[in-house]
Amino acid sequence: MVSRTERMRVIWRRFMEEATLIGVDSIFIVGIVSAFIGAVTCIQIAYNLTNPLIPKSTIGYMVREMTILELAPTITSIVLAGKVGSSIAGGLGTMRITEQISALEVMGINATSYLVLPRILAAIFMFPLLVILAMALSILGGYLAGTLSGAMAAQDYIEGIRTDFIPYNILFALIKAVVFAFLVSGISAYKGFFTEGGALEVGAASTAAVTNSIIAILLADYVLAAVLL
Amino acid sequence: MIEISNLQKSFGSNQVLKGVSCTLETGKCNLLLGGSGTGKSVLLSCIVGLQKPDIGSITFDGTVYTNAKVAIRQEIRRKIGMLFQGSALFDSMTVAQNVEFPLQMLTPDMSPEERRDRVEFCLKRVGLENAGNKMPSDISGGMKKRVGIARAIAPNCTYLFCDEPNSGLDPATSIKIDELIYEITHEYNITTAIITHDMNSVVGIGDHIIFLHQGKKLWDGNKEEILNAQVPELREFIFSSSLVRAAKRVEEEDGPQGLEQLAQEPLSEL
Repeated sequence: MVSRTERMRVIWRRFMEEATLIGVDSIFIVGIVSAFIGAVTCIQIAYNLTNPLIPKSTIGYMVREMTILELAPTITSIVLAGKVGSSIAGGLGTMRITEQISALEVMGINATSYLVLPRILAAIFMFPLLVILAMALSILGGYLAGTLSGAMAAQDYIEGIRTDFIPYNILFALIKAVVFAFLVSGISAYKGFFTEGGALEVGAASTAAVTNSIIAILLADYVLAAVLL
Repeated sequence: MIEISNLQKSFGSNQVLKGVSCTLETGKCNLLLGGSGTGKSVLLSCIVGLQKPDIGSITFDGTVYTNAKVAIRQEIRRKIGMLFQGSALFDSMTVAQNVEFPLQMLTPDMSPEERRDRVEFCLKRVGLENAGNKMPSDISGGMKKRVGIARAIAPNCTYLFCDEPNSGLDPATSIKIDELIYEITHEYNITTAIITHDMNSVVGIGDHIIFLHQGKKLWDGNKEEILNAQVPELREFIFSSSLVRAAKRVEEEDGPQGLEQLAQEPLSEL
């Protein structure tokens, strides 16, 4: 009913709060998941590469390509859809059913710009940073797994990750991260903001936010690959 | 003063408000009284701007609110304080931060020191001067209501709306909350509207009572007049309370002295 947006100073403060919640608080889970995915990817490729004519450096090359093109942006975003998406939907849903959003509206504060906009902006800013972190840790995980298990020499892995590097792939991964961030935060905020009912509906909104976000990520993943590669 | 004229509101085929016209008077506790589902909450939602009425107008001290420009509506909204049924405190903030929040958002020219002083004043006014650092989850229902009142009055509101301020509270705490709202209304000469179906509130703070039934205003008057009102629906509502029926019987049998004697007796002997 009253649609004027809030002042930039307020939006900036809220953006920093949300960036901390979405970004900094997700570093641990993103780090763990990406390091182990890199490690497992390396071990499984090494297990399947039995042909002696294929150089061992191919393992490093494949880990890098899989990580940058798919695993880091997509798996990280799916993990964040679970953590951040449920948090956004649950938080906004609880605020809705406990009349906290109504309290903001009665005060003349635009609840959408105060609650939703900073979350979407923070997700769009933090997802790419987390994806960059995931890329680095995944490749490091592959290196540690490959060398510590004796599957390959460190020199082979390093040679592999430096072979035929295409910088555009990094840009592609970051574009994916931005699109996924918008989808996860937008869908989750929508589900939470328009929750009606009680605690049961808040739980349902969180679940719907996560499942819808994951489906949207996978669809967008295909569309982006078809359009941009 | 808030003037409501021919307010109508429907949800699909269900018409909740059927042309309500009434006046909420300045410096008085205006009670919106009625049973469940009679449209009290919808009426309040329309007044504070959470719902848009289908037909009718709402005027705040001469300024028409319905269909006004955004700037005018926002200006009026910033004079509104509201106490919600569940208090609606922001659970990520402390009590003091909750009270400071509208000041931060609505009065950017206020210095941090002025804001702190105002928060301290408001918390002291509602008797919670030592609870500023507590989280809403750490305080009782009655204290939450007090914090809600402090937050509502912090930006010097002109209009105070309370949605069932007594719900979920024990009778003694309910009376204290009623008294606090009454004192604040008269002290700051604000226009207060309270949704209630608590007869204690009616006879305690009912400066002006508006009785709603099935989406229509059937009666308005004050607490002295209500017990003798001749509207059948209102009498049925009032005398559905066992306590009121008992008091009425004592008054009829023993006169006003009987009531006074009844009030003096220990509760265990009633």
